[in-house]
Amino acid sequence: MSQAVNPALSITKKEKRSPSELGLRSITFIYFAVMILIPLVVIFQDGFREGWQEFWRQINLPIAAHAIQLTLWTSALMTLVNGVMGLATAYVLVRYEFPGKRLINAIVDLPLAIPTLVTGVMLVILYGPQRALGAFLKEELGFRVIFAPPGIVLALLFITLPFVVRTIQPVLMDVDRAQENAAATLGASNWVIFWRIVFPSILLPLLNGVLLSFARAVGEFGSVVIVAGNIPMVSQVAAVYVLGEVESENRLGASAVSIVLMTIAFGMLSISDWLYKRWER
Amino acid sequence: MAENIQTQKPKKLGPGAIFLIAAVLIYLAVLMIAPIVALIAGTFRDGVEGLLSALSNVEFLAAFWLTLKISLLVTIIQAILGTITAWVLARQDFIAKSILNGMIDIPFAVSPVVVGYMLLLVFGRNGFLGPVLASAGIQVAFAIPGMVLATLFVTMPFMIREMIPVIRGLDRRQELAAATLGASEWTIFWRVTFPALRTGLIYGMTLTLARALGEFGAVLVIGGGAQGRTETATLYIYRALEERQYVGAYSAALLIGLCTVILVAIADWLRHRSTSK
Repeated sequence: MSQAVNPALSITKKEKRSPSELGLRSITFIYFAVMILIPLVVIFQDGFREGWQEFWRQINLPIAAHAIQLTLWTSALMTLVNGVMGLATAYVLVRYEFPGKRLINAIVDLPLAIPTLVTGVMLVILYGPQRALGAFLKEELGFRVIFAPPGIVLALLFITLPFVVRTIQPVLMDVDRAQENAAATLGASNWVIFWRIVFPSILLPLLNGVLLSFARAVGEFGSVVIVAGNIPMVSQVAAVYVLGEVESENRLGASAVSIVLMTIAFGMLSISDWLYKRWER
Repeated sequence: MAENIQTQKPKKLGPGAIFLIAAVLIYLAVLMIAPIVALIAGTFRDGVEGLLSALSNVEFLAAFWLTLKISLLVTIIQAILGTITAWVLARQDFIAKSILNGMIDIPFAVSPVVVGYMLLLVFGRNGFLGPVLASAGIQVAFAIPGMVLATLFVTMPFMIREMIPVIRGLDRRQELAAATLGASEWTIFWRVTFPALRTGLIYGMTLTLARALGEFGAVLVIGGGAQGRTETATLYIYRALEERQYVGAYSAALLIGLCTVILVAIADWLRHRSTSK
């Protein structure tokens, strides 16, 4: 876009390639190579150094497989809740006036600022077994939050809250209200208007936010290690499993599960990117 | 146009709207406000004295100081390299540009544990570059340089993503005018370009600093969390929890959380002020 602004400028740019420009470009290449490319190549090479079969065996070891499955289903459950409640939050913030709206709008961004380890500490204080609320849930309802999957889902929900809300909000603001007013004049109910007019126009940003949340949740560590602990086959998620394998020097297992995590997250980001580009057009 | 929509909006809320608002308020109260209140209550469990003695703990102060040093160093490096990268991506055309563009967000998608582990694979004892660096007397893994690299990795996208649109939005006619008047590239950058970048730069640096202060997983794996040597504030919190020094852990968590929230609030305020001008 910026290149198209003034053709005269881009012509002068192409003709003049000064040494300082090439210098800056080299710095950028070295920065990316050292920070991203070399580490990625090394970990993929390490995970597959004994071949595909060994890679496959490592991620199917019972504890590894359980950790990956736990990560995937808690992330999926979070994504579902976050999709519904994130949409509701964005809708309420855009469409209604109510006391405390500005405060709510500000609070939505807090998870982006709070370190995830701190999030974990907060949840442990609130739901920990020795605390009032945690003890009540456990004794009266038999519902464990801490060191169990519900705690993982809560932590992931906290961390990813802004993703769905903040991707939908600007789009919802731009939705043309004339169509809705027309539908209302024709006698459509609020529910019909929402599903037939509003929802289709925010479907793509919703999917986008949901995919970003999932990508973010799969690798989450700081909050989950505090909330869920490190109990294999019970509450050990994939990122915590990787830490354990690094510490016990099982490099192959650590690399294999890391590769699985990264592949899932990259996949989600790529789909989200692709959707976004389609939607821009 | 927006004002028209505002005035058309019905003032009175229907039962459906009230139900929806109530659901959202309850959700946010349970999910976010309750945990935050719990942290504050937990910190003051032993009164202000408990908080003060926890925060004047020598081990905590050493850890916090280390966090501060690493985060400030990372912020400065990121300000330079992030701006250069954004400049190259915004201004130059070259073959691998779209590949680089696609790589910027990779750090967002990599688990912090995996970040630390990758660096361990590259710079560790048996790593890819470890032996070379070791023979030169540089220790990266289980030392400060590794922790700086890990923090650089996780904060990489902030500066670049912030600066690309800022650089694209620059008015190039001013630069061309300065060049016509005979100014050198260096003079043009410092006198014309840099002042226009300043707000974006400060915003990006504030976000980078906030993210760096709270980093945990990556510095745990690459640094090892040796108390007094590679223990940052977040690693101190983790250890204090395991050793059941609850007030110590809660106080440190509240302090770090407050620092990052205030930094992000300052960044937002700066941005708001510059856009409303």
